[in-house]
Amino acid sequence: MRRLACLLLLLPAAALADERRSGSTYMSAETQAMQKDDTANPGMLWVQDGAALWSRKPAADKKACADCHGDAAASMKGVAARYPAFDAEQGRPVDLATRINLCREKHQQAAPFAAESESLLGLSAWLGLQSRGLPISPDPDPRSEPFREAGRRLYEQRMGQLNFACAQCHDDNAGKRLAGSVIPQAHPTGYPIYRLEWQGMGSLQRRLRNCMTGVRAEPFAYGAPEMVELELFLMSRAAGMTVETPGVRP
Amino acid sequence: MTNATRRDALGLGAGLAAFLSFRPARATTAAMSEAIRDFAGTVKRQEGGITLDLPPLVENGNVVPLTVSVDSPMTAESFVKRIALFAEKNPQPHIGTYHLNPRSGRASVSSRIRLADSQAITAIAEMSDGSFRQTSAEVIVTLAACVEG
Amino acid sequence: MARTLINVPASAKRGEVIEIKTLIQHPMETGFRPGANGRILARDIITKFACTYNGEEVFAAELFPATAANPFLAFTTVASESGTFRFTWTGDNGFKQTETATISVT
Repeated sequence: MRRLACLLLLLPAAALADERRSGSTYMSAETQAMQKDDTANPGMLWVQDGAALWSRKPAADKKACADCHGDAAASMKGVAARYPAFDAEQGRPVDLATRINLCREKHQQAAPFAAESESLLGLSAWLGLQSRGLPISPDPDPRSEPFREAGRRLYEQRMGQLNFACAQCHDDNAGKRLAGSVIPQAHPTGYPIYRLEWQGMGSLQRRLRNCMTGVRAEPFAYGAPEMVELELFLMSRAAGMTVETPGVRP
Repeated sequence: MTNATRRDALGLGAGLAAFLSFRPARATTAAMSEAIRDFAGTVKRQEGGITLDLPPLVENGNVVPLTVSVDSPMTAESFVKRIALFAEKNPQPHIGTYHLNPRSGRASVSSRIRLADSQAITAIAEMSDGSFRQTSAEVIVTLAACVEG
Repeated sequence: MARTLINVPASAKRGEVIEIKTLIQHPMETGFRPGANGRILARDIITKFACTYNGEEVFAAELFPATAANPFLAFTTVASESGTFRFTWTGDNGFKQTETATISVT
């Protein structure tokens, strides 16, 4: 029953689907072309890293991702589109990067990858690619609901010395400009992204930290519960939109 | 004439004057001239016959996609030998040099460059007969919001 | 080893002008930028790129700090015979990487 209520809550967002725009639709034709062409999209360099890691054993006597999960094209299809997802052992939702690291520690007896490391971004991009073209499908587990609500509150809560909430820019002023840049609607359609500003790959949490620094707030740490809650809310807000990973953004 | 339109006209006039007085100064930047002289010597350069295709308004100066092409046959008798790019307001004006030959088939190269600021980009091609062609394009670089601090 | 992305058509007709696209993972550190401690980060860039087709050079580039990170180059060549393209990037701090791709020309 709670699951049904949760799905109904998502309906109004779906009904307004035509008013929601991925950040990529605001980009110049040149940047859009860079994202669309797999032979020109620099994010594909990280995807290659991820593909290699997928089938590489962390040590001779340990299993590779592929040894359990097989062909990622089949087993990982749609996975990135529904993360963060509730994890019973943790008793809370975990983001995709944490899921990769939990898997490494538990099943591969390997040290977790550092946040924003090339390896973690590579595997995240490789998994994201397996969901490219699929609709974002937020975790339907009702146990995730309170965390999603916490994410919504964070999104609407003013923070930092500039005292801005995410919603003030990305809901109230989306489509307008902040200096020379268009303010997008903040739908996490392409993560991890190759951001021209970074001249490299980065996660949604890196982007969120940029925004927090921008409003002069102390950014939440990578993997902090608040980050996962925000991710969870943003994914629900973008439910039904198409996964573009690896995205390119200005 | 209402106050508003007169203000507009004055503003436009001032802007135009600033623009006009600014242009020649930029075109003769010493470092830029030196970089161009290193590539093309003092041979007179023909305007045109070369196309620089890049967005007039770029979203981030870190990665500016561009294509430079020269309207020329690519045969043993007549071809484009080298194409160089220059940006006058970059700390180092010479962006890159591309070497072509008759086996290129077409004189067209694409790359992604960095621009420190809004400025004019100049492309110069050296032809197999020793002549040079030149073109320029003005680019406005906007900055990303909420950069990492 | 830096990751590369090379796009050469698998096959082409003799005489056809084909486009080749290359991307390589490299920071292209300009030497003009201060690091977190305020000191200028040392330049670390790819300075040269060359593409040979069955041993003969068909394209080369001299790169400077104004080439964007993860350098992208796209250029053309005439498909003359089946064979191998060899791509070589060289740069600061002894950087050197070679990759190959094959084409079948009919």
